[in-house]
Amino acid sequence: MLQHRRILALWLPRLSTDRLIRKAAAPFAAPLIVSVKANNALHVHALEARAERLGLYRGQPLANARAMVQPLCVAPHDGRADAALLDRIADWCDRFTPLVTLDAPDGLYLDITGAAHLFGGEAAMLALVVEKIAAQGFAVRAAIAGAAPAARALARHAHGAIVAPGGEADAVAPLPIAALEPDDKCLRALRHAGLKTVGMVAQRLASELSERLGKAFVRRLQAMLGRMEEPLAPRRPMPDLMAERRFADPIASRDVIAGTLLSLAQSLCGLLEREGRGARLLQAAFFRADGKVERLAVRAGAPLRDPAIMLRLLNQKLDALADPLDPGFGFDLIRLEALLAQDTRPLTVSFDANENARRQVDFLIDRLAARLGGHRVLRFVAQDTHIPEAAAVAIPAQDRDTFDSAAWPVKRRAADPPLRPLRLLERAEEISHVMASVPDGPPGRFRWRQCLHQVARAEGPERIAMEWWRSGVSGSAKTAKALTRDYFRVETREGLRLWLYRDGLYRETGLAARWYLQGIFA
Amino acid sequence: MNKEAKLAALRHVLARHGLPPHRPAAPLGHAAADGVLGGGLRPGAVHEVFAGDWGAGGFALLMAIRLAAAACGGRGGPLFWVRSDYAALEYGALSPTGLAELGGDPRHLVLLRAKGAQDALAVAADILACPHVGCLLLEMEANPRMLDLTASRRLALAAEESGVSLVLLREGARPEPGAAHTRWRASSLASPPDDDDGNTDWGNPRFAVELVRHRLGGLGKFLMEWDPQAGLFVDPLFVDPLPAQLDLPSADTSLRHPPPLALRARGRGA
Repeated sequence: MLQHRRILALWLPRLSTDRLIRKAAAPFAAPLIVSVKANNALHVHALEARAERLGLYRGQPLANARAMVQPLCVAPHDGRADAALLDRIADWCDRFTPLVTLDAPDGLYLDITGAAHLFGGEAAMLALVVEKIAAQGFAVRAAIAGAAPAARALARHAHGAIVAPGGEADAVAPLPIAALEPDDKCLRALRHAGLKTVGMVAQRLASELSERLGKAFVRRLQAMLGRMEEPLAPRRPMPDLMAERRFADPIASRDVIAGTLLSLAQSLCGLLEREGRGARLLQAAFFRADGKVERLAVRAGAPLRDPAIMLRLLNQKLDALADPLDPGFGFDLIRLEALLAQDTRPLTVSFDANENARRQVDFLIDRLAARLGGHRVLRFVAQDTHIPEAAAVAIPAQDRDTFDSAAWPVKRRAADPPLRPLRLLERAEEISHVMASVPDGPPGRFRWRQCLHQVARAEGPERIAMEWWRSGVSGSAKTAKALTRDYFRVETREGLRLWLYRDGLYRETGLAARWYLQGIFA
Repeated sequence: MNKEAKLAALRHVLARHGLPPHRPAAPLGHAAADGVLGGGLRPGAVHEVFAGDWGAGGFALLMAIRLAAAACGGRGGPLFWVRSDYAALEYGALSPTGLAELGGDPRHLVLLRAKGAQDALAVAADILACPHVGCLLLEMEANPRMLDLTASRRLALAAEESGVSLVLLREGARPEPGAAHTRWRASSLASPPDDDDGNTDWGNPRFAVELVRHRLGGLGKFLMEWDPQAGLFVDPLFVDPLPAQLDLPSADTSLRHPPPLALRARGRGA
């Protein structure tokens, strides 16, 4: 049976002022309003209930407001702080459902499809959400419906409404046309036509409306009536599978947390096994009783469904945290999510020692990546280019799919000494005081890192031209004007074997050619 | 558990520590050095390489390649290289192409970039605990406080337990007490002079190394050349008789080793 979607819309009408009042920890002496500059004049952006009772309203010029009410507390609008606060509230709401969508600047959608029974039904859940948020000092309105626009309109105009599936059209019918949020032009047109409620508008033919009010308006109307589904984009990626545990009393002890993680890992692995999948990306979310949410993500190189290994990876990550997990007053919900699950071949016990060793090393790489971060555990992949510094790239060792088994290209012939240095400096370092013969002689002596080196032997030049055909692709200006390089393998009197190059041919650069040291042979 | 069983278990542990598991030595290929070492480098032990100059990094890496190739019952295992971000800046990043030219296989190399000495040591302990690793090359800059006798002993025990060899490359460091099985001082050696026909055959890695400490035997000074084709160290055929070269690396290396970047930036360069 197809399950109807259920959306809980939350509206925090006084988010800006509530934030300031919470921060001040005491009510302001005078009515508080938040001002914003628009069209070169200050306007009222948000106001607390007291100010509204005195007849002030949103969008009113600040000068008018000041003339009507004295004294006033006026604070400048801080959009970023408001957004951050909304984000934190959304984080907190994650405990009801993993699918929370921001409805900026002051609303949230919670997709509670199939989640309401965990909280004793939709009515109880709605009451719980409203009660908890209100207890934090926020004005809050909420409603539940089968479509997000309907829930949004009901939250704003009919607080507490719960609409049964399919009943959206009837539920929004008595709402004023403001619920459709028309722009000024539309509003005038609707008033002119004598349409006062959403129901009256809905009775008109769609073609008639779209002629006068535009297609966007009709689309909004259809969505609100539940005749058209609009997708919501949740803030966080939806986990493929998850397991969670709630605590009536918040827990804070390490042992209990570790035990909970283990049992969650076991249930998650059970789910994964049933689907024949393994987790590639794991996330543990710790919901603190005071609303803060800590998230830990761990990557696995191969699909994983062994609770013991999951736990070890998570513990590794926990140990590596710069500031340890702070339970504060305790966690009241811990959730383990497989953000990315992949199909696995059934696990078989391998009797091949090589296969077993490879698996062990892969697991070691995963653990190291959990400790240091994936970008610090690297393997090399050969690139098809002559440019020495681009001949290999280091990529995370966990991306096992990208490695091929072809042997590394070697330039050296059997009897040759190595032609490429073992170490390349991160950036070729310029050497000075170079004595070299024109046009393509090796340097006789040079100065590098403050030491003067006498060249005892040299071989070269090996001319490496830059890849003109790639300059457009890589897009960097550096490649575009890069010069041909003449490389020399030199040995100094002290026995250092170095790799130098002259940047550009003399006919390109004149005698002012620059020399660089790029690599060090063993 | 009763008293006898406890005692028996303890005796078992003691006996196991008294008799280290037998693991075949990993020969370097250099006859004289292998002779002194009793057949080769001991797997599951710490081998410390102090830098005489720029050559030491290459020597330590080649040593690690030999150990990794002989590890895991002769099948060979992956080589893990742990180094700090700073080391890559100062001493150059590894070029896999260069490694392949020397006979190594870059596909079997895992490079770990640690943020500092503490991270590096923690990661090293993890790697040493996995017996399927071929060899661990741990690069340590100067004398970090974390790498004291306890830490060094801990590394040695972990290596002993799993059989994973650890090559500890110490750049710009003073020798200090440690639990290393062998300790080397390495610097690069000039190539041989041209032969009578004027053919120049130079460029193979050559090192002047000194075995300054060895728990189970003699010490010595060796000149070694790496044969990239065979993938082992050999006796160099010719030695350029420069007096400076035959004078094997001394304690005072400041003249031959360029000062680190950071020091020069502060204007205290040698």
